[in-house]
Amino acid sequence: MLELRKDIFADERDDNLKEIGKGTQRQDMLGHVTGTSSYFNDHKLQGMLHLKVVRSTQAHARLRRIDTTEAERSAGVRRIIRGADVPRNLNTLLSLINFGKDDEPSLAVDKVRYKGEPILAIVADSEREAFEAIAKVKIDYEPLPTVFDVEDALKPGAPVVNETYPKNTFTYHDVYDHQRLRFGDADAALATADHVLEQRYQMSPIEHAPTETNGAIAAPDTNGRYVVYTSTQALFFSVDTCAKILDVPSNTFHFIGGTVGGGFGGKVDTLTEPLAILGAMLTGRPVRYVFGREEEMQYGPPRGAERIYIKDGVMRDGRIVARKIRAYFDSGAYTRLSSYAAVKCAAHLPGPYTIPNVYGDVYCVFTNRTPATAMRGFGVTAMDFAIECQMDKLANLVGMDPMEFRILNAYRDGDMKAHRREAKNTALIECVQVAAEKAKWPIRDEFKRASSRKDGGGSRAAIPVTQADSRARPAVPSQQRTSYDRLPPTVTREPPREPPSPAPPPPSPRPAAPSHGATRFSSVFGTRRR
Amino acid sequence: MAVTVKTFTSAGEAAGALSSDRSARYLGGGTLVMRALNEGDVSISTVVRASDQALTRIDASGPRVTLGAGVTFARVLAERDLAFLHAPARSIGGPAVRNMGTVGGNLFAPSPYGDFTVALLALDATVAVQGGFGAHNIPIEEFLQGRDRQAGTLVLSVSCTRPASADAFRYRKIARIKPKGGAVITLAAHLPVSGGRIAGARIALGSMAPTQIRARAAERALEGRSLDAATIAAAASAAGEGTSPSDNALGSAWYRREIVGVHLRRLLSGQE
Amino acid sequence: MSKIPLQFRHNGRDIAIFVDGGTNLLVALRELIGDMTPKFGCGQGGCGTCSVLIDGELHLSCLTLAETVAGRSVETLDGMRQGPNLHPLQRAFADHFAAQCGYCTPGMLMAAKALLDRNPSPSRDEVIEAISGNICRCTGYEPIINAILAAAGGRVSA
Repeated sequence: MLELRKDIFADERDDNLKEIGKGTQRQDMLGHVTGTSSYFNDHKLQGMLHLKVVRSTQAHARLRRIDTTEAERSAGVRRIIRGADVPRNLNTLLSLINFGKDDEPSLAVDKVRYKGEPILAIVADSEREAFEAIAKVKIDYEPLPTVFDVEDALKPGAPVVNETYPKNTFTYHDVYDHQRLRFGDADAALATADHVLEQRYQMSPIEHAPTETNGAIAAPDTNGRYVVYTSTQALFFSVDTCAKILDVPSNTFHFIGGTVGGGFGGKVDTLTEPLAILGAMLTGRPVRYVFGREEEMQYGPPRGAERIYIKDGVMRDGRIVARKIRAYFDSGAYTRLSSYAAVKCAAHLPGPYTIPNVYGDVYCVFTNRTPATAMRGFGVTAMDFAIECQMDKLANLVGMDPMEFRILNAYRDGDMKAHRREAKNTALIECVQVAAEKAKWPIRDEFKRASSRKDGGGSRAAIPVTQADSRARPAVPSQQRTSYDRLPPTVTREPPREPPSPAPPPPSPRPAAPSHGATRFSSVFGTRRR
Repeated sequence: MAVTVKTFTSAGEAAGALSSDRSARYLGGGTLVMRALNEGDVSISTVVRASDQALTRIDASGPRVTLGAGVTFARVLAERDLAFLHAPARSIGGPAVRNMGTVGGNLFAPSPYGDFTVALLALDATVAVQGGFGAHNIPIEEFLQGRDRQAGTLVLSVSCTRPASADAFRYRKIARIKPKGGAVITLAAHLPVSGGRIAGARIALGSMAPTQIRARAAERALEGRSLDAATIAAAASAAGEGTSPSDNALGSAWYRREIVGVHLRRLLSGQE
Repeated sequence: MSKIPLQFRHNGRDIAIFVDGGTNLLVALRELIGDMTPKFGCGQGGCGTCSVLIDGELHLSCLTLAETVAGRSVETLDGMRQGPNLHPLQRAFADHFAAQCGYCTPGMLMAAKALLDRNPSPSRDEVIEAISGNICRCTGYEPIINAILAAAGGRVSA
């Protein structure tokens, strides 16, 4: 199945490879096939207690009163943990790299912002007794207006989901309510394009559905420290998150993990460890907190939903001259990692194509939905889906083969990307050529001869004049087609709506030269806050 | 407080224990009751079991077939005389679920489960139940309509008449995942033919209402007619009448209403 | 509240334990006996990772009331190895990259064993049907199907 194509980029590679192209046994395979690989839950500890959380039944509500009187007296209950018991009951995951504001409590205090948000943790002798106590907790909710749609959340007067971000958008660099990309003059190019196509794409949340649910076991050690067996995908990230929330040095913990029953991004949020450790601290006993399947599916964080508008200008010969994108990430009620997803998304525009005029606005939006998190390429996956659907439609619109259309527009070595960085080691053309060959899809010789290393750079390396302000839209040429059907249009589309919230102040002009080296990290996060 | 398990040797005693305790649930194959306990359903505090052999008996020798409530789908599949029920039995779960799940339990399985019951409803089965005051038979349609109130009764067996021919009974489960997956919808049709015309058609649908239901309008479209293209088209267009599907992760109510006629047409015209 | 005494055979050894009412077999195996090979995945019969053999038949231990196995024989992955040697199925899974995170592997192996014990040379479709109650979220099913077919074909040495 694996094939090394030695004919492509052969001079760039040393073919004396020791590992690549050869089968290598996994170091954990013997443990897997004998069932002896040790997952977090494969530890039976003496006197272990069980923690379950009371979850909000409301998507958005003020908590008027939490009555635990009956639950405290329920058989087998060792401790009921409230938000006030959590040493630092407000956190955001990426605060560890100084990105974003603390916006999420471990246990809700005054308000719940999504259905299923944890309000109390109950530690009991058995899971059954914890469930019985949960049934005895009385919570008086004052329901608040909800918002579940990213564009609704940005409208004036929309309910404020998370008071840390009153505009319902994540704030970048303390100022900006979205990520922006400006390169050339997209509006001018759209006005002169032979055809313009605007489409709307949408992706629902996707649950990782790992076979092993999220969980952790925390136990007091003999030296004042705590041993924590965890399903985390990001062990040191979880250690530091727990140290912050529990307000102790991180060497208080001895985390044991690494063998994870499927994560796919859904086990980085450190949802179970802080409460399990706090339970162990408050009871002096080992405490296990593991999600049930329903909890995992309903309240475990998914890949966030996205809505994407793409408006492209294309010439009859197939060249894309402008791409304008507006994208909304549904972060759910809290930030988790969606702020980063939106940055990744903006960094991915306009896809692996050389387009002289690019305009992008990417929003990270708060709604009353389950907080979203990482999942396999998050931030890029849905955008790629949208861009590639759009590429097929554009090819159809101009009557070109979709493979050839991609080769025509593919970026090549030496081209200037919309981020003002030179494209290097590009390989889209070769990928398309091999895909066409494998699929026995005929492409014409001139496209077979195309190369990522030919015909790039030159005028394609130029950084166009870019104005930060949007300008008045010129009249649309009469021949311009706006549907991807080959038939002439019978209805004209309405012009696209402008971004719903006022644009932030224009960023100070950046140096034109591409930056390198030490600033590479900041290409993802922009300038880090100090 | 842990759950109390009560095991009886006779179905009658088990039925008595079940009817006298509101928190009691009868444990058959475990796929419903153990699942509820695992998910933290604290409304169950007593589990009732019966080791009565009558509950696992199969009588499939004659024209009238009787299946004990505790008969598993794997046993239905192992019985050559029950070939007409193999398709619905095979459509349930993976092998482990078929080794555990029972005919009786399936009567209580909520959507998207309960596929076997769709077949039984099309076959106009009779459900034998034992309440606090003795045993009696209930037509399956009546049983399903009052299913919420049946929790205190113990199902003893299910019986139905064997279809006259393999062609007279048809079954189709629409799932997104094959070979195993919860149903988007489930369809079964019993089409007895007399003198070239359908007499006594029964069509049953799963996941088209809170319980399995009959598609009466479609049945009327078939009644007294031969199964030709026009008849099939009429039945298919009437398939959604009287249904009230809901949204779930497998499909929306809208989608279910859209496809029910399509799949009924395929079922009636013998398309794969 | 009284505990219920329970005896059964576990991988060929007689076991006697006391269980709470309502305890499922998965909890009994893992927390009372210490056999961690069957895993909890869903508690609902949807994933198959807790699969065990009861008197040779494939069952879901999370949906099995522990006391119903009294006097019966329960097999788990812990009993599959033949002394120091891997079972042909285990060897085949290793050779065919049929495990990634490894969490579904115990259930997959038990489902495969249930199949091969009754049908030593299954067709590809029969293999697919046999593992249809077991969910794998990592590797995809192809390597698993290939491993089972290889084990059945005797192309794997123990």
